[in-house]
Amino acid sequence: MSYVRDVGALARKDLLLELRARDTLPAMLLFVAAVFVVFHFALPGTPSRLETTGFLWVAILFTALLGLGRAFVPEREQRTMDGLVLAPCDRSAIWLAKSLATLAFLAAAEVVALPLYALFFHHVGGAIVLAVVLADVGICVVGTFLGAMAVATRARDLLLPLLFLPLAIPIVVGAVGASVAHAPGKYLAFLGLYDALFAVVCWGTFEFVVSE
Amino acid sequence: MSAPAATIGGVISLRRIPLWTLALASLVLVMTALAFVFYVAPNDANQGFSQRIFYFHVSIAMTAYACFIGGAWKALRHLWKRDPRADLESYVCVHQGIIFGAMVLLTGSIWAKISWGHWWVWSEDELVLFLVLYLFYCAYFMLRFSLDAGPQRANLSAVYALFGVILIPVSFAAIRLAKEFLHPRVFTLHGPNFGGWILVTYLVAQAAMLVLAYTLYRIELAGKRLDVRLRELREVVA
Repeated sequence: MSYVRDVGALARKDLLLELRARDTLPAMLLFVAAVFVVFHFALPGTPSRLETTGFLWVAILFTALLGLGRAFVPEREQRTMDGLVLAPCDRSAIWLAKSLATLAFLAAAEVVALPLYALFFHHVGGAIVLAVVLADVGICVVGTFLGAMAVATRARDLLLPLLFLPLAIPIVVGAVGASVAHAPGKYLAFLGLYDALFAVVCWGTFEFVVSE
Repeated sequence: MSAPAATIGGVISLRRIPLWTLALASLVLVMTALAFVFYVAPNDANQGFSQRIFYFHVSIAMTAYACFIGGAWKALRHLWKRDPRADLESYVCVHQGIIFGAMVLLTGSIWAKISWGHWWVWSEDELVLFLVLYLFYCAYFMLRFSLDAGPQRANLSAVYALFGVILIPVSFAAIRLAKEFLHPRVFTLHGPNFGGWILVTYLVAQAAMLVLAYTLYRIELAGKRLDVRLRELREVVA
């Protein structure tokens, strides 16, 4: 029970920080809107629903990367990582709380992005919304984990996309498949499986990322 | 002796084989494999002579998988048992995997050019999987070279190497799934009966590649260990 309390306290800290500083979320919103406008000009002619669905997922992935890149920046700038690691809680709670906070930012960005996509391009069906929810979990679980890794290196922000994108390819496959297929069940199940598998692995190995 | 103990015993005895024996064995095996591929294996009924590249393509791919799995196994040993040698061994395994992975992409590309007239085809699962894995493991090197030598580098590299072996089956499933909406046309290649000289040739080529990879692994490991030793000595002298 104390584990849940720890995670709650840590996630609340991140959300509170964002509410006061407003660093990440406005940037994500502006970014995703700008990307949609770029897509309009990058797609010659009248793009089909299939094409714009693909681009929607590119936009979501890169918007998520923007948020993930910021996830551990406060800890680095304020040098709070050592304090978090020394805190009398399970280390995986740090990862879980950070994932939840990033998930909240990403979901908030998508609450704006999906209607905007529907306005600019094509309507958004129930399967897409379900795929967004499942893909978000996978993106935040793996992305936060890799963000913690990247922030420990010299290359920092440069490294996160390189580490993250190969691991995100299965998410893209599941998400795009669920968005365009007539029977999305299989793809949604695949996304769910991905989320569960990587959540367990990240939860089990986060200890090694932050401690020596 | 229990099964795991026997496996560990096997690994230890593998370590005791002198390097020159390994080098000689890989030379003989690679030569034999070349002879088998070009003179013994029959021509493929559909694809003719060019199909022979498959003996190398497939055996190199399997060797690359073996290297990645070996790298993850050493990574696990580092995290779990704190084996001081495991970090360097894991890195060298992954490095050999990336070398063999590059050869998979190269041989696959040559075969695609001969079969379909293009240097790259997205419909070939194995090739696409290797491209994803290649990107993933290239990032492994970026990660490793962006950290100073020490326990943190060892830990992060090990965790990332472990992610790799999970990514292999997940990506494989994903690429299979993606085919259904990217390439509605399904290619079914009914291969020849996998028996007789074809099987023998494949097995010889596979053995040659595995021994070659292990030899290269041992050479690189010896070199890297010498580097580390030299650096330590320099620090003592300075």
